[in-house]
Amino acid sequence: MKILVVDDFSTMRRIVKNLLRDLGFTNTFEADNGKTALPMLQSGDFDFLVTDWNMPGMTGIDLLKAVRADPKLAKLPVLMVTAEAKREQIILAAQTGVNGYVIKPFTAITLKEKIDKVFERIEG
Amino acid sequence: MTEQDQEIQLLLAKKLVQALEINDEVAADEIFSEISGSRESALFQEVGRLTRQLHDSMNNFSLDAKMTELTANDIPDAKERLHYVITMTEQAANSTLGVVEDLLPISNDLNEKATELSDKWDRFLAKDMPFQEFKEMSGDITAYFLQTKNDLSSVQTGLTDILMAQSFQDITGQIIKKVITLVEDLEKGMVSLVSISGGQLKKKSKNTDTAELPGPVVPGVDDKSNDVAKKQDDVDDLLSSLGF
Repeated sequence: MKILVVDDFSTMRRIVKNLLRDLGFTNTFEADNGKTALPMLQSGDFDFLVTDWNMPGMTGIDLLKAVRADPKLAKLPVLMVTAEAKREQIILAAQTGVNGYVIKPFTAITLKEKIDKVFERIEG
Repeated sequence: MTEQDQEIQLLLAKKLVQALEINDEVAADEIFSEISGSRESALFQEVGRLTRQLHDSMNNFSLDAKMTELTANDIPDAKERLHYVITMTEQAANSTLGVVEDLLPISNDLNEKATELSDKWDRFLAKDMPFQEFKEMSGDITAYFLQTKNDLSSVQTGLTDILMAQSFQDITGQIIKKVITLVEDLEKGMVSLVSISGGQLKKKSKNTDTAELPGPVVPGVDDKSNDVAKKQDDVDDLLSSLGF
């Protein structure tokens, strides 16, 4: 399973990568915003995208839109991990086609639950 | 001073000299007050003009909604936000230190027991161990394996807790960035206040930033209204209500 972790804070990327490794996912890559993430997604066969929302350059919601608009990437499972907690934002993310939404600060258990759920739904 | 003003003053001065020459004190006094009166009225006019200008400028200034918002809401909010940063960093430091304090004795104990067992094992390899002691050592080794397994799983849990505790950096970073933006806005406001008193009010440049994201929810500041998810359960409820 090849996973891309997108966040502008390197601390958060490291935390997510370490948690993913704990869960048995070792093939992880990093990008610091949507602009750098999109070409990586387009050229690499990623199976899963974990992205923040508020990032300079290109935000996570714009990245999600771009992913859903790209026929090659449209079906890529996307988990949003963000501090944005307004109802309207969560609804917007859901309408844009996010597969899971985790608000920061989160726990290791929450992240695991949401990842499991994303894959359960895809396989089911 | 206009030419007309100059003529009038010259005329007044000549009259004053004449009055003084003929020692007419009453006339001289009258002329004096006429001269100083015209002076004062010019000064009053100038002060009046400046006051009106300042008043208008101040009106424009207070109409600048951003400034009003800054003083009324954003600055008290910023204080709350910074307090929250203190709380979060304190929590992270405490939970990290707590885990380290819990794990250090565990790692010490494992180390001591390993040293003890390894000494015994060396004696066994050197065939320098009575059978009875060997039997005891076998029991110790079995117990040590079990203890190691349990202790290492506590270490694993502790390390994950330390890892998670570092997530404060992302949240506090976002909050501090917001406060920096506020300080910059305030600075711009102060600059335009200074230029008002210098008589030249510059049009405030519009914020060209893209739609601002609200960012981390700070307890007591951002969770007053009901339109934010305070915890993950709120998100889950909302998403399931949308058919997720």
